[in-house]
Amino acid sequence: MSTQNKYYLNYLDELESEAIYILREVWAQFENPVILFSGGKDSILVTHLAKKAFYPSKIPFALMHVDTGHNFPETIQFRDDLVESLGVKLIVGSVQDSINQGRVSEEKGKNATRNALQITTLLDAIEGNKVDCAIGGGRRDEEKARAKERFFSHRNDFGEWDPKNQRPELWNLLNGKQFEGEHFRAFPISNWTEMDVWNYIKRENISIPSLYYAHEREVVFRSNSWIPMSDFLKLEENEKVHTKKIRFRTLGDITITGGIESDADTLEKIALEVSAMRKTERGDRSDDKRSETAMEDRKKQGYF
Amino acid sequence: MQIDNNQLLRFTTAGSVDDGKSTLIGRLLYDSKSIFEDQLESVSNTSAKKGHDGVDLALFTDGLKDEREQGITIDVAYRYFTTPKRKFIIADTPGHIQYTRNMVTGASTANAAVILIDARHGVIEQTKRHSFIASLLNIPHLIVCINKMDLVDYSEEVYNNIVGQFEEFSSKLLMKDVRYIPISALNGDNVVNRSENMAWYQNGTLLSTLENLHISSDINKIDARFPVQTVLRPQSDKFRDYRGYAGRIASGIYRVGDEVAVLPSGFQSKIKSINAGEQEVQEAYAPMSVSITLEDDIDVSRGNMIVKQNNQPEQEQEFDVMLCWLNNEAIKPRAKYTIMHTSNEERAMIKEVVYKMDINTFERNSEDSNLEMNDIARVKIRTTRRLMLDSYRDNRNTGSIILIDESTNETVAAGMIV
Repeated sequence: MSTQNKYYLNYLDELESEAIYILREVWAQFENPVILFSGGKDSILVTHLAKKAFYPSKIPFALMHVDTGHNFPETIQFRDDLVESLGVKLIVGSVQDSINQGRVSEEKGKNATRNALQITTLLDAIEGNKVDCAIGGGRRDEEKARAKERFFSHRNDFGEWDPKNQRPELWNLLNGKQFEGEHFRAFPISNWTEMDVWNYIKRENISIPSLYYAHEREVVFRSNSWIPMSDFLKLEENEKVHTKKIRFRTLGDITITGGIESDADTLEKIALEVSAMRKTERGDRSDDKRSETAMEDRKKQGYF
Repeated sequence: MQIDNNQLLRFTTAGSVDDGKSTLIGRLLYDSKSIFEDQLESVSNTSAKKGHDGVDLALFTDGLKDEREQGITIDVAYRYFTTPKRKFIIADTPGHIQYTRNMVTGASTANAAVILIDARHGVIEQTKRHSFIASLLNIPHLIVCINKMDLVDYSEEVYNNIVGQFEEFSSKLLMKDVRYIPISALNGDNVVNRSENMAWYQNGTLLSTLENLHISSDINKIDARFPVQTVLRPQSDKFRDYRGYAGRIASGIYRVGDEVAVLPSGFQSKIKSINAGEQEVQEAYAPMSVSITLEDDIDVSRGNMIVKQNNQPEQEQEFDVMLCWLNNEAIKPRAKYTIMHTSNEERAMIKEVVYKMDINTFERNSEDSNLEMNDIARVKIRTTRRLMLDSYRDNRNTGSIILIDESTNETVAAGMIV
């Protein structure tokens, strides 16, 4: 019996191929693109896909990290190791610098975060480094405002997104034309879901920060999730510090990223756990809980 | 899950607010267990606030602030769900004013279109419009859902009449695969679960139909077309002489050793190697993203196309296109636009509007040459240089173009090469 090859892709291969196509299109259409790198799984995935897209060349983009100063130390270590192994340039935009320069001021109150302050730092870093396209790991399944994003998303010279006046995107023809001062955001993994990301990370055995694996940590129960203890967290009177075996489903600022109780300490176990999840991953992110339109409002202003 | 075999199916939904489109999508997501608890909770709260009984499924597809306030869909939204058989991407397109523009956008990458008909009203103008666009965009599969069957007592006769109406008008259109399903999105009949109210209907539910459509032939695997996106030149010690042509195979199959021609120059060579990421492969097919090296050192750059020597596209500077106008600003007679076609970009002029299509009556009007948003017309285009073209019917990827207004940089039109 002869073996007949199949001539169709499975869905992960198709998503991979689409993302590689978009990354190559970014490289071909823009002068100075960067990958927005947070140290989270989605930006790690985008970086992995960029490695494939340009092999055997090096990734032709710098990584840009908007550093809130409220980091998990593990994330920064991971970032530095990755940058070194890839031999790419790292650009850091610092929220602390923006505060020191008086560009933004810290939020006040118990749930104060630097989440919204990042917008100014991000836009300053984009402008200062003459970036004409910032590649992000945003996915349409994450949030209702993101469901309307284009692969190539136009930003005006204030860095703003106008969701009601987006360029139509047909077939795989991507229009990246812009005027001076404007820029684009590109989203190569738009069509991936959280489950797709984990299945792919597992399949490709992609290295991710240890924070995604179950580990013991001191945490405080706040806004329905386990917030990690850190120098930035001010304990309320009635709050108690617990030691729990947890892992993080998404990674953001250490001040707003809630962990979930879990025993999943391998990629197999994580994928299995995620497939049984009954809550969205951003359900544990207090930045999205502030209002119905928290993400939409921030995105319009120029957020990731 | 058998990830290795699961395919990705993209479909678009067409229908107005009143046809229950949002409810249908909500029902698909809900019954296929793709809704998370926190989403359900948020929608339940909103439903209660609005005074609805139970959960209003339509709210699952609500997006932007203005959309929620006005209860309409403004732009194409993408939704995702997975079953043990397939991954699905829904392009949820609004049914009102900007219908054509948005439906064309959603339809351009779809394997299937789901068209909704209100069982109480039967085939209306809008149904014809949606079907025409589906056929114009050459969507391989069409599923006509006759919705709100609960409001016509689940009557087989009503269903048969509507199927008859649809068969009649659609016989003028080019369609390959049409299915009909009687459903009630509100009550869940025949969406994910088989209806207990329509024993007379023997075929599959909407979900099982979507799961079983034969889609692996939707992409042309005969005519090999490889538009070069970019050239990879690592110039590292290990890959000193490497020149890889990177791109996504638009159609067909390529193998190492194939005799190829590089267009437009026509230089001939053989494929030396094919890479998918770090991995070297012996063959590759659409829609894989790969990089190809050739035996001979010839000049290849972005916008070139690598094809088989014995199967080449047309090379034309003047050609006819079915054009859909997408922009608020009407067409400017004899104005120049930037044209994007595969990885190629040239300047183009619309020489002539041959006829405008009335998409409600399917009649052609050769008197009217003004194109405004949502208009569809056959036009003659002339480009500064030759493009490597196939007809859209044969090849969606090498038969499609967009036009960009150079004064605004906006995408103003989408075209299908005749």
